[in-house]
Amino acid sequence: MSFGDHLIIAPIVIPLLAGGLMLLFDGRRWLSTAINVLATAALLAVSIALLVMINLSDPGALAKPYLLGNWPANFGIILIVDRLAALMLVLTAAIACASLLFALASSHQLGRFFHPLFQFLLMGLSGAFLTGDLFNLFVFFEVLLAASYGLALYGSGRARVSASLHYIVINLAASSLFLIGVSLIYGTAGTLSMAALAERIPLLDPSERRLFEMGAAILGIAFLVKAAGWPLCFWLPSLYAAATAPVAALFAVLTKVGAYVILRLGSITAEAAGGGSIFFAEGWLVALGVATMFFAAIGLLAVQDMRRLAGYNVLVSSGTVLAAIGLGGAGLIGAALFYLVSSTLSLAAFFLLVELVERGRTPADDVLAVTLEVYGTDEERLEERDHVGVAIPALMAVLGLAFLACALLLSGLPPLAGFIAKFAILNSLFAQRSLGGGETVPWRDWIVVVVLIVSSLATVIATMRAGTRAFWSVDRELPHVRGAELGAVGLLLFLCATITVQAGAVVTFTQATANALELRRPYTGAVRLHSEDLRAPVPGQ
Amino acid sequence: MELVIALTIGVLAGSGLWLLLRPRTFQVIIGLSLMSYAVNLFIFSMGRLRMGAPPILDPSVPNPAHYADPVPQALVLTAIVISFAMTALFLVVLLAARGLSGSDHVDSTEQGP
Repeated sequence: MSFGDHLIIAPIVIPLLAGGLMLLFDGRRWLSTAINVLATAALLAVSIALLVMINLSDPGALAKPYLLGNWPANFGIILIVDRLAALMLVLTAAIACASLLFALASSHQLGRFFHPLFQFLLMGLSGAFLTGDLFNLFVFFEVLLAASYGLALYGSGRARVSASLHYIVINLAASSLFLIGVSLIYGTAGTLSMAALAERIPLLDPSERRLFEMGAAILGIAFLVKAAGWPLCFWLPSLYAAATAPVAALFAVLTKVGAYVILRLGSITAEAAGGGSIFFAEGWLVALGVATMFFAAIGLLAVQDMRRLAGYNVLVSSGTVLAAIGLGGAGLIGAALFYLVSSTLSLAAFFLLVELVERGRTPADDVLAVTLEVYGTDEERLEERDHVGVAIPALMAVLGLAFLACALLLSGLPPLAGFIAKFAILNSLFAQRSLGGGETVPWRDWIVVVVLIVSSLATVIATMRAGTRAFWSVDRELPHVRGAELGAVGLLLFLCATITVQAGAVVTFTQATANALELRRPYTGAVRLHSEDLRAPVPGQ
Repeated sequence: MELVIALTIGVLAGSGLWLLLRPRTFQVIIGLSLMSYAVNLFIFSMGRLRMGAPPILDPSVPNPAHYADPVPQALVLTAIVISFAMTALFLVVLLAARGLSGSDHVDSTEQGP
């Protein structure tokens, strides 16, 4: 194995070592901070290196397996990196860097275990993206969930503990479902390796097959809880609103892990002939995605609090991704992946920005907002003071511009990446239907299109209302903002701007990713190459 | 034996689910524990129930079909450890919620009569 091959395990090992080291140096805060910064930067570098390595490799080897302890793939633990995994790794590492930068600005307020928990969360995320079998997926899910419980509670306070309590119960119940699904799949197919599953499924006899599909369905529910698909999403807005800003920004990736796994297992288990897949579940995923978008749109219009607004935006994003994955087809999934990248980056930026904007708010403002809603604008108050010609302070102007950029990105208005992503989704949806030979677009697709546009409209209305109230109100205190915090928001928005300008290159990449997923041969082939025949002679026979 | 195991899993999962839907955090944690027992037994039974199959390889009996399936056992072991740790963590959050809100209701507020 060359050095490059060992890079594959680095995204798991780096955070693990860093987190462990920090626990040893418990109490020396500057040391933990230094280790955390180094490890996160190293993670980003390794992820980018993996992405480049996979992208440059020849088309026959789009997936690279890593055999732990060099055991044959069908006996040992296996990690696999392909374009999809590398893309998710880079996305996670980029958001982690911005989130860490934001957290460091107020590092004197950070508790002792922020840095280790941060690294363990990254370890769980990287592991979930890289693992090649279902049981290790469970283990890495638990690692990332355990760290996320700690981070969600981070900063304590009644609202946080209450929201985290619900989050923990729901995820523990979902973990039970996960295990039931995994064991049903093992009981019927006799393997947990994703690549081997792909080969066993067509060989199952019908009675086993029914049981296998039940297992897959139960497993799917566990992932839908993570991906926050309706009706399993009610925990999300209050948890994300209660979490501290850097944590909430990192949590924006967490919902995408569920979507990632559904996409991965869906492609692996797709029928070779029909193109249908048990994980895409015959339109169920589309229905759930549409319901999620619809619920999120109503939620967006209903909420007053900006933090909850951000939470409902997460739901819009997961609903869109789920619906697009459910409709399937390489073109649409490529577009959905681009949407996933742009929406996750902008959601993370939005969470950080909301914290900065909301910092200047006093509890009295919330009361005012409610009374404004009920009694209309208080005209007397406006007449009392003459506000004509009052300039918006420079800081608020900068924050306002960033807010505008986030609103454009999230609602999918031109000219930023959000528009390109939603346009690409709609475009490939129609393009696929016309290529498929059908003259008319089926009503199911129309529903998706309509709800997608309605949810975008709801985002526009809700962010406009929140922005107007936050930036055009004259008598509010300026929030105290540090340069690094603005820098973190700026970094994420810069990345969004980059993928807007380089949209062609990024879409080409996500399209290639989707094509490789549809083929699925690179993935299973890479594993089979490293497997040994089970019927090898047993010693002593 | 299948009936006994199936009934055990069913009763454990049923009681766990019922307790999970109760309003007190302590009931919820007991419910989660019962659920995880049910799940652990379920994983174990997915390796097929067999009596008297040795778990450790004996060189004189080379056919792997004569041994108990080791994979579910490994899975159960991991699942037990994880669910144990998660229960401990949940216990801490439960106590924190009780301390902060003064109520052991899952929503941290008492409502209604």
